Amino acid sequence: MIDTIAGVVNADAELIRRGRFVDTTFMIAIDDDYTLIRVQEGRVTKVTPGPFITPDYSFALRASRAVWEKFWQPLPPLGFTDIFALVKQKLMRVEGDLHPFMANLLYFKDVIAAPRKAAAR
Amino acid sequence: MSPRFEPITGRYLQLDLIGRPHRLYVEEAGAGIPLLCLHTAGSDTRQFRGLMNDERVTSAFRVIAFDMPWHGKSSPPAGWQDVEYQLTSRDYVRMIVEVADALALDKPVAMGCSIGGRIVLHLAHEHPERFRALIGLESAAHTDPYYDVSWLNRPDVHGGQVCAGVVSGLIAPTAPAPERWETLWHYMQSGPGVFKGDLHFYMVDGDIRDRVDDIDINRCPLFLLTGEYDYSCTSEATLDIAKRTGAPAVIMKELGHFPMSENPEQFVSYLLPVLEKIRAL
Repeated sequence: MIDTIAGVVNADAELIRRGRFVDTTFMIAIDDDYTLIRVQEGRVTKVTPGPFITPDYSFALRASRAVWEKFWQPLPPLGFTDIFALVKQKLMRVEGDLHPFMANLLYFKDVIAAPRKAAAR
Repeated sequence: MSPRFEPITGRYLQLDLIGRPHRLYVEEAGAGIPLLCLHTAGSDTRQFRGLMNDERVTSAFRVIAFDMPWHGKSSPPAGWQDVEYQLTSRDYVRMIVEVADALALDKPVAMGCSIGGRIVLHLAHEHPERFRALIGLESAAHTDPYYDVSWLNRPDVHGGQVCAGVVSGLIAPTAPAPERWETLWHYMQSGPGVFKGDLHFYMVDGDIRDRVDDIDINRCPLFLLTGEYDYSCTSEATLDIAKRTGAPAVIMKELGHFPMSENPEQFVSYLLPVLEKIRAL
C-alpha cells in the first residue's frame, strides 16, 4: 500500500499546490517496517524502505499493520477515518518535530491517506 | 428578474453581556417557536444555513443563531488585544441567557453543537425553567485533549489552516464535498486563538461529568443527536448521558461532528422528528 503514495500524490496537481512549501522527510512505521518519505515542493521525490541504522526524518507516524490496513481502505470503518481518530484511541503515535506536519496538516492528511485512492481504483 | 435572496436576515444587536457592552451578529429565519442555535468552537452562525433555508423547519420554528463574541461577525469586547480569550462555563451560560433575554425570547428551545452540545447540559442543570426544550448535538459530558492545542495559535503556523486541518477528520467521509469545504472554510476564517480559547471550555472548564446525574428531563426535555463518525464527542459519550438522564438519544448515520453544516439534508431528516415532539409538548 505504502508504495502507492508517490504515484497518487504526484498525479494530483491540487495536492502538490497545497504542499508547495513542504520540504521534509517523514517516516511511516508499520509494526517494525519503516519507510522514509522525502517531500520537496509538494512532490514525493523519494521513498526509501528500511531497515535503517540512523534514520533522519522530521516526524514519524507509528501504528500496527492491522491499523494501517483499516485506515487505508477506500471507506475506512468508524474510528479509522482520520489520523487524529487513531491518535485519540492510542492506535497511532505521531512523534518527532511536528512543525512541518501541523503547519501543513491538510496536505499531510491527504498524502498519508493516498493509498485509499489507489485502492479505490 | 428579482434578486434570489435567501429567507435569512442578519442584524447587529447591541447589548450588555457578562457586564460589558457587546456588538453581536444575529441571524434568523422562520416564525413560530424560537429555536436558538449555538455554533461549534471556532466557527459561526453560517453552520445553520441549511436549517434556516429549510421550510420544513422554518414553517413552525423561528430559527435564531448568533455569533458568539470573538466569532464570525460579532466583535470581541473592547480591549481584546490585551487579553487571551478563554471561554468558561460560567460566561457561556450567562451569555446564552442574556442573549435570550435581549431578544425577548419566550421559553426558547436551545440547540447547540459540540461546545454547544456541552453547554445545553449546563443549561439543563442550571436553568431548566428558562427553556421549552434543549437539543444537544454531539454532546459529551467531557472530552480529554487528544492533541497539543498550542499548535492552534502560534505565529509560525497558519491558524486558519491548522484549525481546519485539526477538525477535518471529524466530518463524515460521506459528506458532500461542497458542504465539507464550506464547514472547513468557517474554521479557516476564525480569529487568532479563538478556536483554542473555546477549547478551554471544551477540554478543561466545561467538564460536567459530576452533575449529569442531577439533570432532570422532567423539568426541561432534553434530546440528544450524535453523528456516528464523531470521534471527539463519541456515540458512547452521548449514550452515557442518555443512560444517566433518561434523555432520548439517536446516533445519526453518515454524519460526523458538524451535522447541520457538513450534510444539512441528512441532518434535518433526524431533526424533524425531534422538532415534532417539541411541538407536541
